[in-house]
Amino acid sequence: MNGTPHLTPPQVVDLYKAEFGAGILDARITERGEGAKKTKGYNIWIRLDRKLLKPAIKKLIDIRFPHFAVIAGNDLGDEIELLYIMSVFYGTKFGEYMITFGIRLPKTDLTVPTITDLIPGALLSEREKQEFFGITVTDIPDGRRLFLPDDFPQGVYPWRKDETGIKPEMVRELWAINRPKDRPVPPVPEKPVPEKKPVAEVPAAEGKEKKAGGAAE
Amino acid sequence: MNGDTTKKSTPYTVPIGPVHPALKEPVMFTFKVEGEVVKSVDFAPGNTHRGIEWMGMRRNPVQIVHLTDRICGICGIVHSLSFARAVEQIAEIEVPQRADYIRTILHELERMQSHILWAGVAAHELGFDTLLFLTWRVREQAMDLIENLTGNRVNYGIIQIGGVRRDISDDQIPLIKQGLDYYRGLLAQMKTVFLDDSTIRMRCRGHGLLSYRDAELLCAIGPTARASGVAMDVRHDYPYCAYGDLDVHPIIPPQEFGGPQGDVYDRIIVRLLEIAQSIDIIQQCLDNMPAGEILWEKKLPKLLLTLKKAQGEAIGRVEAPRGECMHYVRMDGNDSPATWKVKASSYSNLMSWIPMLRGEQLADVPIIVASIDPCMSCTDRVSVIRDGGSPGYLTKEELTRLSVEKTRRIEQCH
Repeated sequence: MNGTPHLTPPQVVDLYKAEFGAGILDARITERGEGAKKTKGYNIWIRLDRKLLKPAIKKLIDIRFPHFAVIAGNDLGDEIELLYIMSVFYGTKFGEYMITFGIRLPKTDLTVPTITDLIPGALLSEREKQEFFGITVTDIPDGRRLFLPDDFPQGVYPWRKDETGIKPEMVRELWAINRPKDRPVPPVPEKPVPEKKPVAEVPAAEGKEKKAGGAAE
Repeated sequence: MNGDTTKKSTPYTVPIGPVHPALKEPVMFTFKVEGEVVKSVDFAPGNTHRGIEWMGMRRNPVQIVHLTDRICGICGIVHSLSFARAVEQIAEIEVPQRADYIRTILHELERMQSHILWAGVAAHELGFDTLLFLTWRVREQAMDLIENLTGNRVNYGIIQIGGVRRDISDDQIPLIKQGLDYYRGLLAQMKTVFLDDSTIRMRCRGHGLLSYRDAELLCAIGPTARASGVAMDVRHDYPYCAYGDLDVHPIIPPQEFGGPQGDVYDRIIVRLLEIAQSIDIIQQCLDNMPAGEILWEKKLPKLLLTLKKAQGEAIGRVEAPRGECMHYVRMDGNDSPATWKVKASSYSNLMSWIPMLRGEQLADVPIIVASIDPCMSCTDRVSVIRDGGSPGYLTKEELTRLSVEKTRRIEQCH
């Protein structure tokens, strides 16, 4: 499995630029040093054309088999950005880099090919993206839900920031459950104050929890 | 799948629903069993997903730090540390050196208590309850140390964006050293008890095998991957906190035990050796402890203002006791992060159960399932549905009983 020898982060980026040219929309290298010696750790961020996702991952496997961590996603309004977060060159003293491939999918066409044929361990993360972002992963070996219960409503995607996200009526105030009706809404002031109408909207710092059942009351 | 048609036994289904204190690990397993042998393993989703990421996207980073403490019931520091590191990178906050060292010390104390806890659970799954109580008694020393340093036993509340909330004073250092000496004296004994016992060896050697290739393909991490020979350890591969100044090697089962074979026994070896390594790391940190501040900014309003202005994305990752823990954070100039994705360690390790469990006996399920250290013994509710019969339930106790009986049978053989 060991392909090419150890490379520096700029060399990795150059390899990609040489291979995919204009398909690489953006490539950045961030570094961070901590502790007394400030030994640097490097993260490579590559944003590419959505068609190039699998070739890019294939290329990485040719360089050295990566450790696939997870797929993260951002809801950017009209688009959803998927980030395939991996690390490469593990086992080298301070020589491992995070490498992240970002692709953007317009909300009109949320399909992405599966990468489980290359990295079988990505299955859980792909299933998670299907239920949390409403993305369709084509050719996924197992398309069932992963974390959401079966009675969670279809068409609600918790991580979306548009109308398909969690609806306000699905959120329950945990403190309010089974609470006697004659008490004021927290935070309760220390001194007794004249009767006030309970505030309907509590600050976001109060405990909120997604309703397990999902259906509106 | 169920090739053996000569027997009358019908394959029956055993669902096992584990509940993890880690972020979202309540994954239910369904075993197709023929007689005693597990033929195939399948995931089915659990439902104790608490929507923590959703909650986090509606809170500010300082609130999230205290929420991350509560993601897991055992890892009190790895999630808050990962999250804090991601946010610090976005806001370009320089963490004081002393804070990095304090973080490292607690990180390793946590690894020690977590591995010792796991060793106790493994002993319990095999039916050695005396060993469980002994193990958990010696774990208390680490818990007491953590309590002394942070004020809490479980949710430490020590990490803050830009540093740590409590300093280690000069009169606490002798206490830490005492604790380290206590464990140094115990290590040889623990090795003897766990590794030289012929029953434990027979129950664990050659069971729950995970090959190097499978560990690589299924993205296994931490002691699970290292026991299969994959030299992967974030502390060694990717510098963070004080690890850039220290000497940390990924622990692979050594040649004296026959090298890495990827079975349950190897996972015990790796964790025991890592306890010794943690003692060594804490000692190094104490010897090189820099002086100075422990927080980048003491005033919370000022810190929050900085974080509100921050824009960008970053990854914070640390080596948790169970393997890599990773948080991806994206901030866009609002109070709360635009995206927060948590990858707990077991998220990567769960897939490796499938090759591990295939072909094993039902009585071996508890120890194999526990061997990746999924925080809790994953056998808390099991129902057995036999063909044409009404569903009978196998409780956790009964499954453990099967495991204990197997141990007793083996003990009687020699």
